[in-house]
Amino acid sequence: MSIEVRNIHKRFGDFVALNDISLNFEAGQLVALLGPSGCGKTTLLRIIAGLEQADSGLVTLEGEDASDASVRERQVGFVFQHYALFKHMTVFDNVAFGMRMKPRAQRPSKQQIKDKVHELLNLVQLDWLADRYPSQLSGGQRQRIALARALAVEPRVLLLDEPFGALDAKVRKELRRWLRKLHDELHITSIFVTHDQEEALEVADKVVLMDHGRVEQVGTPEEVYNHPATPFVYSFLGSVNLFHGRVEEDGLRVGSHAVPHAQDNFTQGSEVFAFVRPHELQIITDAGQSQGVAAKVTRVLSFGVSARVELEGLEKDSHTTNDQHFEVELTQAQVSELALVAGQIVRLVPSKLKLFDRPGYVPADSASIRGLNASSDKVIGKVL
Amino acid sequence: MSTLTGTTRFERNPATREEKWVKWTLLTLSLSFFILFLILPLVSVFFEALRRGWEVYLLSITEETALAAIRLTLLIAFISVPLNLVFGVSAAWLIAKHDFRGKQLLTTFIDLPFSISPVIVGLMYVLIFGANGWFGAWLLEHNIRIIFAVPGIVLATIFVTFPFVARELIPLMQAQGRDEEEAAIVLGANGWQTFWYVTLPNIKWGLLYGVILSNARAMGEFGAVSVVSGKIRGQTNTMPLHVEILYNEYNFAAAFAVASLLAMLALFTLIIKTWVEHRASHPAAAHLLPPEINPLSIQKSTT
Amino acid sequence: MALSQSFDLNIRKRKPGRHHSVLPGFNLALGYTLVYLSLIVLVPIAAVFIRTAELSFAEFWEIVTAPRVVASYKLSFGASLIAAAINAVFGLMLAWVLVRYSFPGKRIVDALVDLPFALPTAVAGIALTALYARNGWIGQYVEGVLGIKIAFAPAGVLVALVFIGLPFVVRTVQPILEDLETELEEAAASLGARRWQTFRYVLLPILLPALLTGFALAFARAVGEYGSVIFIAGNIPLVSEITPLIIITKLEQYDYVGATAVAVVMLVFSFVLLLLINFLQAWSSRSIGGSR
Repeated sequence: MSIEVRNIHKRFGDFVALNDISLNFEAGQLVALLGPSGCGKTTLLRIIAGLEQADSGLVTLEGEDASDASVRERQVGFVFQHYALFKHMTVFDNVAFGMRMKPRAQRPSKQQIKDKVHELLNLVQLDWLADRYPSQLSGGQRQRIALARALAVEPRVLLLDEPFGALDAKVRKELRRWLRKLHDELHITSIFVTHDQEEALEVADKVVLMDHGRVEQVGTPEEVYNHPATPFVYSFLGSVNLFHGRVEEDGLRVGSHAVPHAQDNFTQGSEVFAFVRPHELQIITDAGQSQGVAAKVTRVLSFGVSARVELEGLEKDSHTTNDQHFEVELTQAQVSELALVAGQIVRLVPSKLKLFDRPGYVPADSASIRGLNASSDKVIGKVL
Repeated sequence: MSTLTGTTRFERNPATREEKWVKWTLLTLSLSFFILFLILPLVSVFFEALRRGWEVYLLSITEETALAAIRLTLLIAFISVPLNLVFGVSAAWLIAKHDFRGKQLLTTFIDLPFSISPVIVGLMYVLIFGANGWFGAWLLEHNIRIIFAVPGIVLATIFVTFPFVARELIPLMQAQGRDEEEAAIVLGANGWQTFWYVTLPNIKWGLLYGVILSNARAMGEFGAVSVVSGKIRGQTNTMPLHVEILYNEYNFAAAFAVASLLAMLALFTLIIKTWVEHRASHPAAAHLLPPEINPLSIQKSTT
Repeated sequence: MALSQSFDLNIRKRKPGRHHSVLPGFNLALGYTLVYLSLIVLVPIAAVFIRTAELSFAEFWEIVTAPRVVASYKLSFGASLIAAAINAVFGLMLAWVLVRYSFPGKRIVDALVDLPFALPTAVAGIALTALYARNGWIGQYVEGVLGIKIAFAPAGVLVALVFIGLPFVVRTVQPILEDLETELEEAAASLGARRWQTFRYVLLPILLPALLTGFALAFARAVGEYGSVIFIAGNIPLVSEITPLIIITKLEQYDYVGATAVAVVMLVFSFVLLLLINFLQAWSSRSIGGSR
């Protein structure tokens, strides 16, 4: 079933949770709502479910306006981050709950309920746990039971709120592959909320990136990762190095340094953000080189397939007055060839730069830049 | 709980709110019950006390036997509350900050006085110290009076107020854990310093409420005290007993006048309680419930 | 169980160094606590049982099954049960309203729920009597118009016991209700449950242990209650005489043995109830703990 939300606004007191959100979810797709905490993704999911009311805007389910329909009437399956299993009921009773709550006329017979529950438990591969209580299950098992319970009422849409958020890393990875497989079998329109970019890119057909109550970009995992539409998306997905600079004739001026860039659709003198992925930075040890940003090597991490070099800018970032941190990804061969040592001064030259307008010299502590820096700080060190 | 918008989070959530008529029915029923059983009795105390006017009221509470009853009641509380305070702190320190076997049993024993009828409490002391009791003959020989005298009243009061401070402190101290005390010990503080500078500041509000509650019960105890007091006017008559005597003499205005003082004490206690709850920064308001009904207390003490 | 635990306690006393805490004061606190507890609580309780042992079982049985005593059990236990049941229903409702709704005066209502804990029982007794007597604010309607006698009748006992038991259920249920995750209700609603179905099948089972604990506490308190009841009960033998009053009456007649025998019956009952309450609270805390 297709879902459409149009012009959704939602405030909590002074806090704008959702600012004019319009989205279309195609039938049968698995869509991820991705963004940092507080970006409004959970609120949007809850509005779609009917667990929250939008201040204004429309929620349309299969072309029908459902804005005023109650949670019950919407027939959505909802899976909670902390499972929300009824702990005084067995696994069987949990899964059977929705069917047993139906009005007598629509209620399946006892045998039908029993068959359906076992069918679903088989689907989530936990039929052998039917008589256990939730407290006797592991986190991953609980979440699979919660999913079976949501599916039991044959929902038109499946909504999952950070479904793997409470699980440890290994189980998470397992479960998300499993969820993808399950979706390929059932093809039920599903939306799941996550703050984990890896999870979103790996599982979803489509990713909706949100920040500060707005949609930043919608696209397939490849589109959003390879062609980020906004600085936010660029910094949120994958590791990134950020420069504040000005476009000049000889290249991009960053502090007292200049770096070459290939984007010529920027007028000279415009202030820009420049993004470089760690593997798109070159390290030049030749002292005579005048191009590139000077930096001091702080750490060389040479384990794994590729090696990482952490560096510190020699000039403070004039816009944030923070120390500039850089991260460069190299092959092991390159690292041993360069023979870098901590404290060494080198120059960084980007092989590819992505520029975004920095509108109106926004002061460093303004909302948009704060969000940007915070997320890029977080992202550094997390390699996809 | 309630916010600026005047609704609780439950009322704003479509999944946790009821229809209007359900809400209003529940509100009407429960508040009617509340008014019928709590507000009306409270109001009637003051109403009856002032029925014959202020002069009778003031006379009733300043008359000699009434003053004697007030003095005795204050004396009883003055003796029993500090004793139970020391016990409460000691027992709470033991149960909350140490692990030892038999802890659960000790906790149950501390609760015992809550489940014993006050009349039986009085009886117990009569059996021990009364004329026919274990020490009756010996006490008579040495001319020491316990039953039908102040010591008996004090003993009975200590018994009925025994668990209050401990019950208030145990869940509070357990919730706070041992980290801070252990840090103090590691930093070289001795036991008293640790208690005085680390533990006490953390529990002072709970302690205050325990003391206030204990005090209210000590001043208001009726059943246990009436068995051991002998109700000699001007000598062994506490305020609640004085209320009973006046009432049985059909001196209703005076009975309610003295009762109104006790009702004010109760209101004062509730105000302190509300204030303490407000002050206490720890989130679980359950810790400030009257200890006898705190479901958390048992739970925590078993862990 | 109790025996083995008290034995452990003794062992602990001899080897206090083995307790698991680096904090000081264990010996002092343990010694003081045990001495004080024994002197004030345990020895007096033992006195009641030892005194009863002077009686043969036949004598004991005759005293505790005398018609007047049996009538008092029926009244005390019966009225306490009904009062606790009334408090369970209205206490749950009041707790629900206090947690879930906002209404003017809510803070005052919340604070005043504890009044029966703080108000001396004798004061409650005379106030309720004044209210429910034939010329009282409530009595003039109930007795004067409807013809139902409350004060100086068994119904009066019930009224007093409802009053003193009121806070128990509210204060045991309220914290549980406050801590309840709304997710459970959201899950139930998304699975198609109606509001009352959610209450009946999801919320009530979770609240049940606390509700029963509150019920048992109110019941235990009501059975032993004396002060608030004797003013309103009328104390007519075989009709409106509660068991604690039987004890007082026997004492006033210097029938110490008789009073003690009846006290033993009540004490044993209290202990059984205390065990039950402990069990209920353990159950309650388990079911709260499991939800996290």
